[in-house]
Amino acid sequence: MPKTEIKEHIVMRNRDIENIRDLDVYLANGGYAMAKQALTSMTPAAIIDEVKKSGLRGRGGAGFPTGVKWSFVPKELNPKYLVVNADESEPGTFNNHEIIDENPHQLLEGIVISAFAIGANVAYIYIRGEFAYGARFLEQKIAEARERGLIGKNLFGSGYDVEIYVHRGAGAYICGEETALLESLEGKIGQPRLKPPFPAVAGLYAKPTVVNNVETLTNVPRIIEKGADWFRSFGTEKSPGTKAVSISGHVKNPGNYEIPLGITIREFIFDWAGGMRDPNLPLKFIIPGGASSNWLTEEHLDLPMTWDDMAAAGTMLGSGAMVVLDTSVPVVRAALKVDEFFKHESCGKCSPCREGTHFLVKVWERIDEGHGRVGDIELLADVGKQMLGKCFCPLGDSSVSAVNSAIKFFRPELDAAIDAQH
Amino acid sequence: MLYEQHKAEIDGILARYPVDRKRSALLPLLYLAQDVYGRLNRDSIREVAEILDLPYTDVFEVVGFYTLFYNEDVGKIVLDVCDDVPCCFCGAEELVADLENRLGIKAGETTKDKVFTLRRVKCIAACDQAPVLQANLEFHNRVLPDKVEAMLTKLRNDVEAGKPVSISGRLAER
Ligand SMILES: Cc1cc2nc3c(=O)[nH]c(=O)nc-3n(C[C@H](O)[C@H](O)[C@H](O)COP(=O)(O)O)c2cc1C
Ligand code: SF4
Ligand code: FES
Repeated sequence: MPKTEIKEHIVMRNRDIENIRDLDVYLANGGYAMAKQALTSMTPAAIIDEVKKSGLRGRGGAGFPTGVKWSFVPKELNPKYLVVNADESEPGTFNNHEIIDENPHQLLEGIVISAFAIGANVAYIYIRGEFAYGARFLEQKIAEARERGLIGKNLFGSGYDVEIYVHRGAGAYICGEETALLESLEGKIGQPRLKPPFPAVAGLYAKPTVVNNVETLTNVPRIIEKGADWFRSFGTEKSPGTKAVSISGHVKNPGNYEIPLGITIREFIFDWAGGMRDPNLPLKFIIPGGASSNWLTEEHLDLPMTWDDMAAAGTMLGSGAMVVLDTSVPVVRAALKVDEFFKHESCGKCSPCREGTHFLVKVWERIDEGHGRVGDIELLADVGKQMLGKCFCPLGDSSVSAVNSAIKFFRPELDAAIDAQH
Repeated sequence: MLYEQHKAEIDGILARYPVDRKRSALLPLLYLAQDVYGRLNRDSIREVAEILDLPYTDVFEVVGFYTLFYNEDVGKIVLDVCDDVPCCFCGAEELVADLENRLGIKAGETTKDKVFTLRRVKCIAACDQAPVLQANLEFHNRVLPDKVEAMLTKLRNDVEAGKPVSISGRLAER
């Protein structure tokens, strides 16, 4: 199958233009011209309209239409906030990392335009604590842009002010969930809030707040520049545009790739990422959308990578993180590691997740260590069933993905792991 | 003390948030205090609580929640090796074993000379660079067996030469 070409990158423009992270290079390539155009010659409503027409969907995992989200913000309540989700902690995901380090000004320009569109004068970038360099780097970039009058007061003479601050998290996956993120930004432990009210109405400091992912906002200047129709020339009708997807594990060329939405998993793994690393070790399974997603196997390779196709297959595109594993990987160990992650990251607010993840790890661990008991697989399935749908936030449910996937595709291997111990 | 000695930096942090919302400055202030005192002990927690007019227990709870805050002694350099999926199938286990061997400690421990603390951590968003670790939150990519010794030597020399360190990652370079 021929590789679908993309003529230019929308978000990973650093792949097309060397040193675009430098403000001068960014400016020489039309940088901040769209912020100027938006603030001086467009109304917020017109910007929201264009983003709606583009069909841009949130890149942070859920795929919610961005323009629609922006239109939920009540006009009369002030102040409003824009919060940028740069928490990127879903195992397998590292595309925001590249955007921040390599194309920071396009993100910042996207923030300026989006803040103006929703009527926010302050934006916070909540960045995971481990991106310590990224946080410093963004602060530097903001300062540079500020000095040139591209961020700050009375931008481009429009009378509009936008301040952008970087706020570092401190190591907690749950703080990627938007309401836990807001709690953390308020200086508290990161435990999710009950929804509704949604952040659009009562978010940061109980004020109207839009939370958007880094990649989502990085798309915005290009949509304003080239229009919704151009954006829709990439991707599919319901999943327009491109997606920066991280691929890792046992492929020849792991890394980030900006794909047009809708290519098949087969094309992505074999044409874009070079196929399997070791010709003697074929593909065993794929964790297609971050550790939270249900696994796929060889039989699913022709699935198109869009939100809807992946959902229809019982899994998700998620944050754009594909982990490819070959036949050297024992299923029990993989499931154990995935559930160890969720156990470690459970915020402890609700008992099905707090206790459930603990229990899952305990059982996986004893199987992995050679002390599995007859009936342990049924036990895992049963614990999973008791957790699904009963957790306060999606994290708890996510820990059941590994259990159900392992049982669905690798039951004989699991049974053998236990039988071998008796 | 913390406030008096770092007034400009702390005032700068506080200025990012609305005046009636200074609790938002808690995480950044804890990072600062952790660097100044080497860990977040009772006294440093109390100082941060006072700056923000917060109850001690609120701050204590926050310190316990986040993995990048240390309430126990750590070395000058905290080595965080990712052992999550996929790293654990791409050389992370071998890297942890190698480091344990060379440093003479187990993951979770600190060397006798208090230079290194070794930890296993969850995904650090650099999975394509496996095996990967952070040293005081600075990335070291593809730490293959032939690179380990040189990396440790450089880090140790930097400490001995008195190069400033920040366990909170406030000095992390690319
Ligand atoms: C457990 C959990 C972790 C999440 N982590 C992230 C994250 O690291 N980055 C992110 O952008 N969204 C994350 N999300 C999704 C956010 O809650 C939210 O939907 C997103 O930031 C909205 O931005 P978008 O519409 O631009 O995608 C997470 C959700 C959950 C339930
Ligand atoms: S499901 Fe887990 S992470 Fe979510 S609120 Fe409950 S304990 Fe916290
Ligand atoms: S799993 Fe190790 S960096 Fe992502």
